[in-house]
Amino acid sequence: MAVTGAALVLFLIAHMLGNLKVFMGADSFNHYAEWLRTAGSPALPNRTLLTITEIVLALCVVLHMWAAVSLARRAAKARPVKYAAKRKSQAKGYATQTMRYGGVIIVLFVVWHLLDMTFGAVNPKGGDATPYDRMVAGFQPDRWWVTAFYLVAMVMIGLHLRHGLWSAFQSLGLTRHPRSRGALQTGAAAVSAVLVLGFVVAPICIMIGVVK
Amino acid sequence: MNLTLKIWRQNGSSDKGRMVTYRVEDVSPDMSFLEMLDVLNERLILEGDDPVAFDHDCREGICGMCGMVINGVAHGEQKLTTTCQLHMRHFKDGDVVTIEPWRSAAFPVVKDLVVNRSAFDRIIQAGGFISVPAGSAPEAHSVPVPKADADAAFDAATCIGCGACVAACPNGSASLFTAAKITHLGLLPQGQPERESRARAMVEQMDAEGFGGCTNTGECTAVCPKGIPFDTIAQMNADYLKAASK
Repeated sequence: MAVTGAALVLFLIAHMLGNLKVFMGADSFNHYAEWLRTAGSPALPNRTLLTITEIVLALCVVLHMWAAVSLARRAAKARPVKYAAKRKSQAKGYATQTMRYGGVIIVLFVVWHLLDMTFGAVNPKGGDATPYDRMVAGFQPDRWWVTAFYLVAMVMIGLHLRHGLWSAFQSLGLTRHPRSRGALQTGAAAVSAVLVLGFVVAPICIMIGVVK
Repeated sequence: MNLTLKIWRQNGSSDKGRMVTYRVEDVSPDMSFLEMLDVLNERLILEGDDPVAFDHDCREGICGMCGMVINGVAHGEQKLTTTCQLHMRHFKDGDVVTIEPWRSAAFPVVKDLVVNRSAFDRIIQAGGFISVPAGSAPEAHSVPVPKADADAAFDAATCIGCGACVAACPNGSASLFTAAKITHLGLLPQGQPERESRARAMVEQMDAEGFGGCTNTGECTAVCPKGIPFDTIAQMNADYLKAASK
């Protein structure tokens, strides 16, 4: 859970920074997208690094889900008779309670997001348009429901990371002092907030017409 | 005050069990939660009914015998309090109070609110000890222990093994209990020789008992009557990972 999650967080940071290139104009954004495909060339054939990254990420997503499902199954087996009274959470932290259903929302979002922005199957411009055109077309005001789903998913990712980031350190045994755990929890909240803001700013600016 | 109690009644481990509603009248706010149940049981006995079985011993919050889930919270909503130290002044006249046993596959119900916590004993047997000839108490200065380590070890050692952590965990994990024991011994000089084998054996026993996995929800430490720190789980993970990587 911790190791695969860490790889996915590193990807999210890179992805968010790449997205922000949309504010530097169509050429810059498309050039960045092109660079992702040709990085390492000519030493390596095109898409080598990209394909490796894609395989590692897909593997991480699958293993992360496998770990989550096995934990949930163990939890169900560990408490065969449920409590009659509704369990009242005593721990602080709303994010912790969103991990399982939030994860499902996030994976559904990832499927939609790939169909929309990578393959163009559900994008108005289709798969042959430039990445910039696909992105701008995807978040037009008449597709407000896509943007809304996107925003909900980003909030879910934010909550997921709010718990997941510091939890990964705890699982790896790196928070052996209340002070380091406190610092990590604050850090997790800050990184999650920055990621969510970095991800939602582009779609919102496209929807309100700041980025055309 | 008068209360309505909804109590889990289960006549032995093979019985299916059910919630039964009782009225208790004239409850004094000075009574402990267990004394309130004593009042109910005295009446049940006089009426020829079977009294509600529950575990208790010292009734001063140090033995770890008592424990029930009160309105969905292990040991009730008072922080750092065992059920025996929970007083009725925290309830209001007319309250409906749901009382259930610890729910865990590893803690089978013996009767009503009594569960069998032998799984904890087996985790201790797996490694919660030090193999040195103890003899009489040694000279205190012969093995210096840094103050910070002594404090952290003592905080972990205050675990009374009541099982509230398991009852409160959404995953039914026993990580806080196991971690408290591993941290308590692992931070002291006497615990060093077996530190890694202990962590490994106790974690493996915990998993074998059918407890769930830890997802760091923090519910355990929030209900723990002794306030065992959450950081002990990180200590357990660190010691376990170190042992497992060899």
